Amino acid sequence: MAAVQPISGAPESPPVLEMRQISKSFVGLRVLKNVSLTVRAGEVHALMGENGAGKSTLMKVLSGAYRADPGGEIRIDGAPVVIEGPQAARRLGISIIYQELALAPNLSVAENIFLGTELSRRGTVDRRAMNLAAEPILARLGVSFTPRTPVGSLSMAERQLVEIARALHARSRILVMDEPTTSLSSRETEKLFALIRSLRADGLAIIYISHRMGEIYDLSDRVSVLRDGGYVGTLTRDELSAERLVQMMVGRDLTSFYKKEHDAHHSRGPVILRVRDVSDGRRVKRCGFDLHVGEVLGIAGLVGAGRTEFARLIYGADTKLSGTVELDGKPVAIETPQQAVDAGIVYLTEDRKLFGLFLDMSVRENINLGVIGRDSLPGGLLNLKAAARRSSAAIQALGIRVAADTINVGALSGGNQQKVLLSRLIETNPRVLILDEPTRGVDIGAKSEIYKLIDRLVKAKMGVIVISSDLPEVVGICDRVLVMREGVIAGEVGAPGTPPISQESIGAMATGVG
Amino acid sequence: MSISNTQGVTAAEDARNKAAQRKLAVHQAIQILGMLPVLLLLCIAFHLLSDYRFFSLQNISIVMQQASINTVLGAGMTIVILTGGIDLSVGSILAVSAMAALIFSKIPNFGLLGIPAALLCGLFFGAINGALIAFLRLPPFIVTLGSLTAVRGAARLLGNDTTVFNPKLPFAFIGNGNLLGVPWLVIVALAVIVLSWLVLRRTVLGTHVYAVGGNPDAARLTGIKVWAVLLFAYAASGFFAGLGGVMAAARLYAANGLQLGQSYELDAIAAVILGGTSFVGGIGSIWGTLIGALIIAVLTNGLILVGVSDIWQFIVKGLVIVGAVALDRYRLKGSART
Repeated sequence: MAAVQPISGAPESPPVLEMRQISKSFVGLRVLKNVSLTVRAGEVHALMGENGAGKSTLMKVLSGAYRADPGGEIRIDGAPVVIEGPQAARRLGISIIYQELALAPNLSVAENIFLGTELSRRGTVDRRAMNLAAEPILARLGVSFTPRTPVGSLSMAERQLVEIARALHARSRILVMDEPTTSLSSRETEKLFALIRSLRADGLAIIYISHRMGEIYDLSDRVSVLRDGGYVGTLTRDELSAERLVQMMVGRDLTSFYKKEHDAHHSRGPVILRVRDVSDGRRVKRCGFDLHVGEVLGIAGLVGAGRTEFARLIYGADTKLSGTVELDGKPVAIETPQQAVDAGIVYLTEDRKLFGLFLDMSVRENINLGVIGRDSLPGGLLNLKAAARRSSAAIQALGIRVAADTINVGALSGGNQQKVLLSRLIETNPRVLILDEPTRGVDIGAKSEIYKLIDRLVKAKMGVIVISSDLPEVVGICDRVLVMREGVIAGEVGAPGTPPISQESIGAMATGVG
Repeated sequence: MSISNTQGVTAAEDARNKAAQRKLAVHQAIQILGMLPVLLLLCIAFHLLSDYRFFSLQNISIVMQQASINTVLGAGMTIVILTGGIDLSVGSILAVSAMAALIFSKIPNFGLLGIPAALLCGLFFGAINGALIAFLRLPPFIVTLGSLTAVRGAARLLGNDTTVFNPKLPFAFIGNGNLLGVPWLVIVALAVIVLSWLVLRRTVLGTHVYAVGGNPDAARLTGIKVWAVLLFAYAASGFFAGLGGVMAAARLYAANGLQLGQSYELDAIAAVILGGTSFVGGIGSIWGTLIGALIIAVLTNGLILVGVSDIWQFIVKGLVIVGAVALDRYRLKGSART
């Protein structure tokens, strides 16, 4: 991929989009402070920053979803414009592809492409004309589905292509992509990148939001960084370096990013959790392992290998067909999550918004929800003092950035939400933590804090299981790694007598190649 | 390339943070106040339109008595709706409980047994609703739609489809008496509101109600007994409907299984919605329900005072409910997430 040179004759080309001195406040909280951004035709302009830095808000101002505070200015081709709403943005040639794709799954591909601009003949929707018109666009994207395919039957990657087709149909000149690769496999990602490059060659301006350094290197001509709602600076391709970007994003140096402080061979104690022959009859087939005190055990594998399903079976979130779980040498019956929590096993879900947080409840309530029963006063009354104490201690200990713990957790950034969820688990005083994608959608600063936290937990004689698709993360923080493939444990690395932990050894086992 | 200066901004930043927090506090206060301004405006409007007859001690007392039964039903409904459910059967449960209250009230010397009989009767039917919803995972709408019909039948069965009448009702004071000038109906309703607030906001169970309504999947993964919370919610709603039965029976000295409590569930739901409780669960407060029930009672009373015909009363009430909720949604739009 490094062979591809960016076609950046771009610096001389005039800016397509200029955002100047954009600010945005919510209920008095300023989340954007005088941010400026200039994007030229035919460039991929990466936008980076930690969660909560203001990237999404800036893009929502661009798309017309939010109105900026007075004082700022947006120019397109040098002419000042007012973007009153999503329709206006579309007319101005701005298209945004959000993380959560905004397609109607019950409609066909062509109907989605033409959503809001349907072709009609004598007052009825002309599906034939729409299908015909969609065909050349889809052909250009090199897709394997037809205009008639229902969107509901497409994969995430294919749906993204439909979104891009929508943007091309609208003759967009500015295309914003918000973490487009989050749910893509590596092959799908490569195809997407090839497409992005060809769109760039056609003169589109592409604003690319991502947390992944590798992608930024591969794609971008320039990188702008936001921090705490303010503009930090813009790097050209030649100035780009990981250290510099990290330093701009977090405002300090991040040395020893993945460095483990605990030493597995010294801290590792007796077996704390023994799992045997766990099956659910579908996705998980006779899986088992031993987890030691003071150990970080990784579970790697491709998406769909059954890792999350396996974890949920251990935790009692789904029903086991067979299998046993022993904690500290004693068998424990775990049929429900409640029994798992009581036994001292907790599980961090991979989707914190869907299965983890109570977005309409306060940070304090979210932190305390697992323990309000234990803390309660006679008669089931809440112990409000204990709750306040626990919450402020957890906010301190994990460095959760929040103005007051009475704020709803839904208002926090991804990294802070994850820390709130982790606090809830830790407050229950567990013996074993199963962390499913603990740093998904989390910015670099919070990532390194979560790694430090995992270190602290194993030093405190707990056992930690980390399920992760982020291979550098698995290699960096785990003492031993199980690799799952198609519902079985395909192998192990990092233990005596097994290959050392590396991205190559894990990758080979995960795919069954080599 | 430039890196902005981050030193020396702490003082200014601090001041800005404090200002933001103040604004947030004001915003939260507005949210808590909710529909209170609408209630007050309605009261003032009716006072002016009715030749200043609305704000008399006697009329206020009447309004509060009219609101009392709906308030009690609304309290139970609030708990149920907070879990993300609905209870359509409260009107029927009120009827069957009132029948039970009157039948037991006729036992010589032990007529007061009518009260526990009605409460247990309500609790029983509520618990059946809850068990079907919690254990069989049936949709609340369908379960309580079924019991709306079936329990109505049970109410008719209890009195052999006649009106049961007891002129010497031993607990008639609840429906018609006063304590220090305050009607007992009003005292009971306020006690129920305070009790519900206590349970919802000051107990583990109440917090779990909000959690289950806000995110049932997360609640289960957190280790909350979701079934216990659902069972409690519908049992509580049934129990309060039983209490409503006692109040209705005490007011009338009589109960009729066919007529009593018809469509009370709709008024109770309207009170909850007017009170700002979210229909999807997890958001809302019991004080809002009290205000919602008062708005409905004020509308009924005020329209009669002003002399609006019965037919137009229905139309105006419906429009006010929809309009008030629309206003509420518009007001809350400012609180976007960042």
